[in-house]
Amino acid sequence: MLSAIAEGLQRVFQLDAELWRIVLLSLEVSLSAVLLATVLGLPLGAALAVKRFPGRRGVIVTLNALMGLPPVVVGLLVYLLLSRAGPLGELGLLFTPSAMAIAQTILILPIIAALARQALEDAWREYEEQLRSLGAQGMQAALTLLWDARFSLITAVLAGLGRASAEVGAVMIVGGNIDGVTRVMTTAIALETSKGDLPLALGLGFVLIAIVLVLNSAAQLIKDAAQRRFG
Amino acid sequence: MSASILPLSLTNVAYASNGQPIISGVSLAIEAGASTIILGANGAGKSVLMRLMHGLLQPTAGAVRWNEPDAASLRRRQAMVFQRPVMLRRSALANVIYALALAGVPAAEREAQALAALDEVGLRHLAHRAARVLSGGEQQRLALARALLFRPDWLFLDESTSAMDEKLEAELYALLAKRLPTTTIVSIAHRSTVVGLHQRHIEMSPEDGHITLRDAAKTAAAQ
Repeated sequence: MLSAIAEGLQRVFQLDAELWRIVLLSLEVSLSAVLLATVLGLPLGAALAVKRFPGRRGVIVTLNALMGLPPVVVGLLVYLLLSRAGPLGELGLLFTPSAMAIAQTILILPIIAALARQALEDAWREYEEQLRSLGAQGMQAALTLLWDARFSLITAVLAGLGRASAEVGAVMIVGGNIDGVTRVMTTAIALETSKGDLPLALGLGFVLIAIVLVLNSAAQLIKDAAQRRFG
Repeated sequence: MSASILPLSLTNVAYASNGQPIISGVSLAIEAGASTIILGANGAGKSVLMRLMHGLLQPTAGAVRWNEPDAASLRRRQAMVFQRPVMLRRSALANVIYALALAGVPAAEREAQALAALDEVGLRHLAHRAARVLSGGEQQRLALARALLFRPDWLFLDESTSAMDEKLEAELYALLAKRLPTTTIVSIAHRSTVVGLHQRHIEMSPEDGHITLRDAAKTAAAQ
């Protein structure tokens, strides 16, 4: 076990080509998904925080429930959509990194939107009277809230990134875990562990944990600095 | 757009929150000109009445009518300074610029106008300081700077100078009188020095939620 850990660390620090190719593809897929889910999820969260409309409560409850979407079910749905006989089969995206990014986007969109909605609704309680008095309406008010709560929203985005980078089931189904094409950290760890190649699995595990720690630390530092600067 | 958004008339206005009546049967009319102060004990509904007038709350019964049918125009022509004004997470200058942007002032003119307004309330030296780290009194002055810029027909001051000392408070009321000579000001305040600056008094009764409108000059003469 100790020798496997040592070899795993060695592969990380010796910049093992296979390991780092998998890491880079994982980052590419997960960051694309986070970017897309953020672009869609933050305005959705802001609209739900600011707008009052019939059925709003139901939408919020549904969005919260979707945070717990089972990844394999999402993978299956995206597979059916993108398979040759599916409605989007002509795009030829199945078993590509794009398909994996789409699946991850569907998984994390509710997380980012729901957490953003909660943060922005809290902010709206504080800001509503002032913004309405100044004449800020709908979209203007939502954009102001998004900008002012930007440091709190980092937490929502990081939660999405955490879910995306740790996810196995959906990307396995729609990506196929093809070596050099769609093999990402989580699917590689699952495969290498089953094959008994523990050093590569452990090396990837170390990198995955390090990425999550670095991103969360950076986010905390940014939030602390912003709190000191802007109050 | 009408020449003036005044008079403001309230007809049999009531407001309840969670089924609990806060004010009821309020009828009054306010013409342009003389400043008005709303007086009453804590919980009498002074701030609720002000918010009903400003349109931040909708009455549960009765009607609030201005002499301006266009809601957007009505919003632009009145301003309110809150006891605890909300400052955006940006500099004092950027807070004023934001308000100017909402009012449709061209981008090229905003900074100069904002700096001039900060200068008037004695905050120019704090223009680049984060607004939320300013003291309570400084934040109130910043909020007044925002209101000054719009030269509103009507200005609500909801204990807007409560965090200032009496001297600064008097200076700011003098500044408002000088810079906004045609603005009808409606205040909520407790200090007698501020009460004395207003020509009309609206007294709210905490018992039945009703109000009495008095002309301060006539009352003083009668006494």
